[in-house]
Amino acid sequence: MKIAIASGKGGTGKTTLATNLAVLIAETERVVLADLDVEEPNSGLFIKAKLLSEDVKYKMIPQWDEDTCTLCGLCQEVCNFHAVIQLGDQIMVFPELCHSCYACSELCPAAALPMKAYRMGTMKHYQSGNLNFIESRLDIGQEQAVPLIAQTNDFISDNFNDGHLVLLDSPPGTSCPVIEATAEADYVILVTEPTPFGLHDLKLAVDTIRQMKKDFGVVINRDGAGDEQVLTYCKIENIKVLARIPDDRNVAELYSRGQLVYPEIAEFRRELEKVYSHIQQINFKIDVE
Amino acid sequence: MKEIVVISGKGGTGKTSISAAFAMLGGNDLVVADCDVDAADMHLLLKPDFNTKVDFYSGQLAVIDSEKCTDCGKCAAVCRFNAISVIDGNFTVNPIKCEGCGYCSRICPVEAISNIQPKAGQWYESKIKNGSTMVHARLGIGADNSGKLVAKVKNEARRVAAERSKEMILVDGAPGIGCPVVSSLSGAALVVLVTEPSVSGFHDLKRVYQLVKKFKIKAACIINKHDLNLDVSKQIHDFVKEEGILQLSNLPYSPSFTRAMIQGQTIIEYDAAEIKASLVDSWEKILKSLNQKI
Repeated sequence: MKIAIASGKGGTGKTTLATNLAVLIAETERVVLADLDVEEPNSGLFIKAKLLSEDVKYKMIPQWDEDTCTLCGLCQEVCNFHAVIQLGDQIMVFPELCHSCYACSELCPAAALPMKAYRMGTMKHYQSGNLNFIESRLDIGQEQAVPLIAQTNDFISDNFNDGHLVLLDSPPGTSCPVIEATAEADYVILVTEPTPFGLHDLKLAVDTIRQMKKDFGVVINRDGAGDEQVLTYCKIENIKVLARIPDDRNVAELYSRGQLVYPEIAEFRRELEKVYSHIQQINFKIDVE
Repeated sequence: MKEIVVISGKGGTGKTSISAAFAMLGGNDLVVADCDVDAADMHLLLKPDFNTKVDFYSGQLAVIDSEKCTDCGKCAAVCRFNAISVIDGNFTVNPIKCEGCGYCSRICPVEAISNIQPKAGQWYESKIKNGSTMVHARLGIGADNSGKLVAKVKNEARRVAAERSKEMILVDGAPGIGCPVVSSLSGAALVVLVTEPSVSGFHDLKRVYQLVKKFKIKAACIINKHDLNLDVSKQIHDFVKEEGILQLSNLPYSPSFTRAMIQGQTIIEYDAAEIKASLVDSWEKILKSLNQKI
């Protein structure tokens, strides 16, 4: 079963929840944690595990073969992303803009644009006991997170399809990287904070997840720091609040040092266990179906 | 015209609260642009009037005409995004998966596939509570053109600034290092990096700063919640110094940010003491730094 941990607003505690939950679950069962926030991956700062492998990840882009090209200009015409441009007697390819659709390459009458691998980032696989941790990291200057997220999801599907519980630490926001990260999830946990920004961005995230027709629940982090509006909204919208993690400077301090919170703070552990028991219920329900 | 872009790499560091405070301090000399179009929040503090609303169309979306379709399946075979599948006996495009490359419509032997330009969001030109102008936007759900909407917001802000002879544009940028951030940074005279002293905050600051360096943009830094972890705060200070980044201020870990937000106020309206003084001082340093560049 795959659980995506997401949020509209950044900095609400996605990574704190994902890492603590993964390590807590690993005390009793096998779990995979994947950091899909490939632009700014942070989970690895909290997970102590052994590096098993490191792979460079590539996306496919066309490479111009000057000798066979007839300069017919079709490649430039078919590219909707302006990633292939004809300048005089040169064809230029802009890898950052390319979406790897293969149209220019496969439609080229002279086969002068074969696809080649182009580096976009790395993926590391770590392990510690019951916990497998996968971290993908986009190279600086690469603009598209989606292909790297998709390849990481594929790696997980290929390697951990045998009863592992999978937690996906997703990127913030509501646009394409989040859609890609949560596309395969059986359930989504939305982390928010009880503030006007938290509520506003939670609503956007709920709209997105509902459009994707996913089952989801909400975790309120820094509970007590703001107002009651998030709770009221969840009640009106009939959204299950899985846990309310109290606002506590000690949590922020542990986090700031890169430490896990649940071994130190009992109240945090109690809320985390509520989330875990809800996950077990969903898992049971999926098994029955 | 000069553009000041506030970014953070990591979310939740206080970027928007600080940008909104600068918007108030800059007053009528500047135009505000909220380029965090994915999860735009600045309007909650600056109270824009949404006076002008314009739909934003971008990219392409394939649509299959089932009347013309002969079920040959060539479209689904070439689609690298698995966006075409058979639903209720008809080849159908999943609009969330379609990237708008147009390959399917080119190879369809019976011209059954057309491309439409979908609505990707909406942008607004508003008057905010201090009387100045703000350009902001809302991205459509799951839309994959946030970089283009960011560029649209910036261009509209530039137009407004030119029309009204404003000297500056203040941009609230997006989190991360991907296309919306790259789009936010284009044309910036100064980048203000908002960070927090946590291992994650520092990690993300270093990554986003590499991007800023790549574009050769002058940078300044604000450490928010600086007293949360004095060790990491010190490490950030050292990094800032080493890289020649202009250190603007240290702000305290304070509940005032959340309280101000709940009141719908910027932090300088809510807290007139220490935090306001630090931000006024930072804003003066920003203006001085911009003028030095001439």
